[in-house]
Amino acid sequence: MRVLVTGLSTYWGGRLAAELEGDPDVEAIIGIDRRPPKVALQRTEYVQVADAHSLIQRIVEAAEIDTVVDTRLVVDSTVTSAKRAHENNVIGTMNILAACSGPDSPVRRLIVKSSAHYYGAERDDPAFFTEDMRRPHPPRTRIERDIVEAENAIQDFAHAAARVKVCVVRFANGLGAGMRTPHTRVLGLPAIPMILGFDPRYQFIHEEDIVGCLAHATRAGLEGTYNGAADGVLALSEVCGLLGRPPAPILPPWGTKLAASQLARAGLRIPDEMLAQLRYGRGLDNRRIKASGYRFRFTTREAVLRFRETLRLAPMLATAGDGYRYEREVEEFLRYSPSVRASAKSEPRLQNLAPGGRAEGLAALAPPPDAS
Amino acid sequence: VTDWGRSERVEGLLDRTLIDFLYHLWFRCEVEGIENVPSEGGALLVSNHAGALPPDASMIAKAIKEEHAYPRPLHLTMEHFFKGYPGFSMLLPKIGAVPAHPANVHRLLCDEDQLVLVFPEGAKGTEKLYKDRYRLRRFGRGGFVKAAMRARVPIVPIAVVGSEEAQPVFAHLSGLARLTGLIYAPLTPLVYLPAKFTIRFLEPVRTDDFGPAHPAPWEDRALVQTISQDIRARIQRELFDMIGKRDSVWFG
Repeated sequence: MRVLVTGLSTYWGGRLAAELEGDPDVEAIIGIDRRPPKVALQRTEYVQVADAHSLIQRIVEAAEIDTVVDTRLVVDSTVTSAKRAHENNVIGTMNILAACSGPDSPVRRLIVKSSAHYYGAERDDPAFFTEDMRRPHPPRTRIERDIVEAENAIQDFAHAAARVKVCVVRFANGLGAGMRTPHTRVLGLPAIPMILGFDPRYQFIHEEDIVGCLAHATRAGLEGTYNGAADGVLALSEVCGLLGRPPAPILPPWGTKLAASQLARAGLRIPDEMLAQLRYGRGLDNRRIKASGYRFRFTTREAVLRFRETLRLAPMLATAGDGYRYEREVEEFLRYSPSVRASAKSEPRLQNLAPGGRAEGLAALAPPPDAS
Repeated sequence: VTDWGRSERVEGLLDRTLIDFLYHLWFRCEVEGIENVPSEGGALLVSNHAGALPPDASMIAKAIKEEHAYPRPLHLTMEHFFKGYPGFSMLLPKIGAVPAHPANVHRLLCDEDQLVLVFPEGAKGTEKLYKDRYRLRRFGRGGFVKAAMRARVPIVPIAVVGSEEAQPVFAHLSGLARLTGLIYAPLTPLVYLPAKFTIRFLEPVRTDDFGPAHPAPWEDRALVQTISQDIRARIQRELFDMIGKRDSVWFG
């Protein structure tokens, strides 16, 4: 298997590449992105490229890539402007699809990381979304619109290009030490803001399971759409209890957006997608991905409990740097220099980590290897 | 809290205090035909609906808990409206209510083998005025029959007498309804009146003997509407029968 990972600098891209590196079936891993990766990688080759489809297509053809994993989708509207998110989510996806198409393209599989924001959160939602359901109303926020548009483009591609197996995994809200999302920010506050009179149902997925699902989809060659969400649903008040933080129903049921914009001024940005979730909640039916053979490592409750450990460790790591910086020359030397012995390439190398860095603290939280 | 948001603690607390009091002392519920509720497997319970803040759902749930040989939890279905209204949205799922979405009902009946209670009249039943009491409204679009047929579970019709007098609706205050965003704002006694409740569970209707799965019998509108009308007629007949035999609204 020769894999191309798009969005290598995102948390998911980097983690997935690191996961696939350990797999002997994976012959080559090539990561593309605008920015260098943020995690130390052993044999993944990084190519800096914007998502111009002609360049990606040349890389795909030159390296005879047969599996493309697209982890680039932006689902958090607070990290970037709506315009750039649209550029990345919709136009970027089209470019990737264009790079995978063509009659003599070597690509046989495409795996896309999508989001449960595809379903939205509305009043007349079912309690558990299955993969065949669509949202009952048109999307309300720009991010949701982008995700729906990108997914539609992917479905069209799946119909048109029969030789490519397309797999879309829609993930619930992730929790974990390495993630920065509106949810991890809000759940990290001393008191958790809620909408007065609402106690939504929440389903999370641990970051290890997100990587696990994507790796599983890559290895097992899944086709179709899958929901990636951990077992079990919690009420938000229960999540507060598990985290040991008091719920603070400070958002009024009417004029919620106005109140949220005041909070944003005070430094706490809650995007509209999350407000809808704080009001109505959302549950996903994960039976299909479990039937395909994936075993979740954590339930929703365990993911929340693990997240609590992260929160307790956070003050100690607040001032630590990321610990890793991509050094182009070093990486190129290690991979291509004739002076580097072949045996050294396969052995685990010392990484250029500063002691006490964030990466080390997070490594301590990683589950023991037998957990998988 | 279960995956549906049901909380044992809240439900238990309410059950031991308010519901228990209403069931035994206030409404003095009398139950007939409890053996018609199956002890295992899914079943769809269908009842008439009345009272501005209807007490019939919790009384039926309590009846199954108290009288049935194998007490089982009952899932109530509620209007989507309640999921979107502050307060209700927080409390109702905790005591076992789920939004009445066909996918939810199907999952409960077919995949989880649970008892589900539906009120096909919906809000039309609870908002009807006192002068229309015990006259069943339209039974929706027959969605409940479809759901039961798809899940291949029996339908148990229920006739409840007493709920109409417990909280009669005399008039509607449309201005107040608009102001609060509620579905209706009735002029009604603020506490339940101590009407005598009689809950009669009727013979189950089987839904799994309408031939093969192809073509799906639940897509046959005529069949669905016929069954829906039959069930409605049966409940209506039982209601009139029970009222005819009742000596007093308050003492039964």
